Amino acid sequence: MAAMTREETEALIQEVLEVYPEKAKKDREKHLAVNDQSLEKANKCITSNRKSLPGVMTIRGCAYAGSKGVVWGPIKDMIHISHGPVGCGQYSRAGRRNYYVGTTGVNTFGTMNFTSDFTEKDIVFGGDKKLANLIDEIEVLFPLNKGISIQSECPIGLIGDDIEAVAKVKNKEHGKTIVPVRCEGFRGVSQSLGHHIANDAIRDWVLEKRDGDDSFPTTPYDVAVIGDYNIGGDAWASRTLLEEMGLRVVAQWSGDGTIAEIEKTPKVKLNLIHCYRSMNYIARHMEEKYSIPWIEYNFFGPTKIAESLRRIAEHFDDTIKEGAERVIARYKAEYDAVIEKYKPRLEGKRVMLYIGGLRPRHVIGAYEDLGMEVVGTGYEFGHNDDYDRTIKEMGNATLLYDDVTGYEFEEFVKKVQPDLVGSGIKEKYIFQKMGVPFRQMHSWDYSGPYHGYDGFAIFARDMDMTINNPCWKSFKAPWKTEAASEPVKAVA
Amino acid sequence: MAKLRQCAIYGKGGIGKSTTTQNLVAGLAELGKKVMIVGCDPKADSTRLILHAKAQNSIMQMAADAGSVEDLELEDVLKVGYRDIKCVESGGPEPGVGCAGRGVITAINFLEEEGAYDEDLDFVFYDVLGDVVCGGFAMPIRENKAQEIYIVCSGEMMAMYAANNIAKGIVKYANSGGVRLAGLICNSRQTAREDELIMELAAKLGSHMIHFVPRDNVVQRAEIRRMTVIEYEPQAKQAQEYRDLATKILNNKQLVIPTPITMDELEDMLMEFGIMEEVDESIVGQTASAEAGA
Repeated sequence: MAAMTREETEALIQEVLEVYPEKAKKDREKHLAVNDQSLEKANKCITSNRKSLPGVMTIRGCAYAGSKGVVWGPIKDMIHISHGPVGCGQYSRAGRRNYYVGTTGVNTFGTMNFTSDFTEKDIVFGGDKKLANLIDEIEVLFPLNKGISIQSECPIGLIGDDIEAVAKVKNKEHGKTIVPVRCEGFRGVSQSLGHHIANDAIRDWVLEKRDGDDSFPTTPYDVAVIGDYNIGGDAWASRTLLEEMGLRVVAQWSGDGTIAEIEKTPKVKLNLIHCYRSMNYIARHMEEKYSIPWIEYNFFGPTKIAESLRRIAEHFDDTIKEGAERVIARYKAEYDAVIEKYKPRLEGKRVMLYIGGLRPRHVIGAYEDLGMEVVGTGYEFGHNDDYDRTIKEMGNATLLYDDVTGYEFEEFVKKVQPDLVGSGIKEKYIFQKMGVPFRQMHSWDYSGPYHGYDGFAIFARDMDMTINNPCWKSFKAPWKTEAASEPVKAVA
Repeated sequence: MAKLRQCAIYGKGGIGKSTTTQNLVAGLAELGKKVMIVGCDPKADSTRLILHAKAQNSIMQMAADAGSVEDLELEDVLKVGYRDIKCVESGGPEPGVGCAGRGVITAINFLEEEGAYDEDLDFVFYDVLGDVVCGGFAMPIRENKAQEIYIVCSGEMMAMYAANNIAKGIVKYANSGGVRLAGLICNSRQTAREDELIMELAAKLGSHMIHFVPRDNVVQRAEIRRMTVIEYEPQAKQAQEYRDLATKILNNKQLVIPTPITMDELEDMLMEFGIMEEVDESIVGQTASAEAGA
């Protein structure tokens, strides 16, 4: 199918909106747009970060998901208590594939679920005592933990439990960092507020622990990787490149990260932001308080990796600048081979994405390196500044959809007929049953890493084996082929 | 057997809801009625005059001790007192923690599931804390619960504000659940023209003052002994007042969807009765020192 014109895309949006009642139509209209690269600001074309409409099957999560699942959860040597009824903790346990090194249950706790398991009596009588007991038990059973975070589920905010007071008392008793996080799920319109709350909790309860302490020996090449959650090993594939160019990665936020790394971050020379949406808050804070500059980078696909390495190197001396060129040159043969192998199989294939924090714009370059085109993209919980950054990455007249509804997404895919859809687990089987090749772009579909040069090779292989999988040729029932279209007489 | 009547008693905090409820329930029991009192207040002091107890073990407290509410049996929480009046307290947390409203919901669900509302009962009275501050304290007036609401009030300004607010709450549930305002009980504070005032308020709410309970020190004397007046001194004039109230409630047919009035209307009425002064707009927001300087 040929690329759609601006008029065709506009007509498609109108057609999809047609089924809505007037009020819903008026609201949803603002979240759907045709991309126009000439615009400087996204708010001229699309509205984002607003409350979802009831009944539309939004794909969003909640503030607890943003704090516990995204920001805090990957900090591996802390124990993160899901404070409230058991479900939130249990169903967010170990599903995100943020890899880490360590012995689970001894010195790392990433895939475990710690919960205060609220029952009726905890709601009525309050859960502070139970929380205090839980922290004491953790200290006995898991003494090698380096700290505890208390991730509030909805009821905590409703019944007004004073988790800050418990955290302070237990901090004195055990001498460990204990962080209360007010990330009750009902707060805000999506997981985005949970990221912000989590960032603020790190700022208020952790970040200043080593202020005035110069015992940590620094170098001029110290950086922190912010907003890489090490999905399938992403942060590791990124870190090697930074280290090869001569930088010292002091901290990983927060994939495979530790509380000690977080405490040392104010000592670095530059903060490198991968997921801007979930961690720009803490980068801005460190810029203000510690005068640490920050830049965004993109490690998806060789074009963006080379751009990013050079941009990072500009903040340092010639050793690092030479280092960046050396790294790019060193991997050139590898990524050229990947492109040579897969581009012929993927050239011209069209992709529609609908994902979270940074990927709706960051992976575009990787697809383009393989000769593919992203024809539609959107964010679950993006803000205007995310769309500002997306306009230039997407082609003119492509589709932008914010907080897309189940119905809209299906209709767009039916009409645009992309060769691949990239979204989450809830979308996967819907599109596969429609006969559309699909990749999970949150968990990398149990694959990865996709970051860095190593990740690009895996990314290219995965896209190829999904799109060019022979199963799609068998999708049509044999009796529905042209030859069999004659009605077959039933045997009497 | 007549149909079970479920009544809820609301009113401003400290107005005498628990005392009035227990005395009128004693009156109904004297008339041979089978009654249950359900205390819906974390303080758990709605049944002490019937049980001669300090505070009954509450459902929520016992559930917390036992592990969960599912571990309780009805006989653990249901106590029988004066003239076979059945007593339960929902109970709840100490002030400032947890969620007392959820305690009321849990307790009432427990009573229903355990069959506390048995066929022999003629009346259930819910004695509910203060105002309808959240969904939990509206539990007794939801569908299939109390159909009759009695508001205890007096001629004091705040008591009447509260009564009007409670009427607003009843309107909300009247449309969905069929609850009705059954009358105002004036528990006298001996303010001027108190009976006329409450009758006027009741009329404005579309209801009636079902009884005027005069003030009498025998109530306090009985209370010190953790008894109702009817039990402590059956011949007292006050005992007869409570019997009259019980009889009126027994025969009450006047159940209405209330017509709460606006703040202005209420203030006009209070001014008419000389309870509130006409507001001098020029002094609003003036501190004492500013007024002295002027």
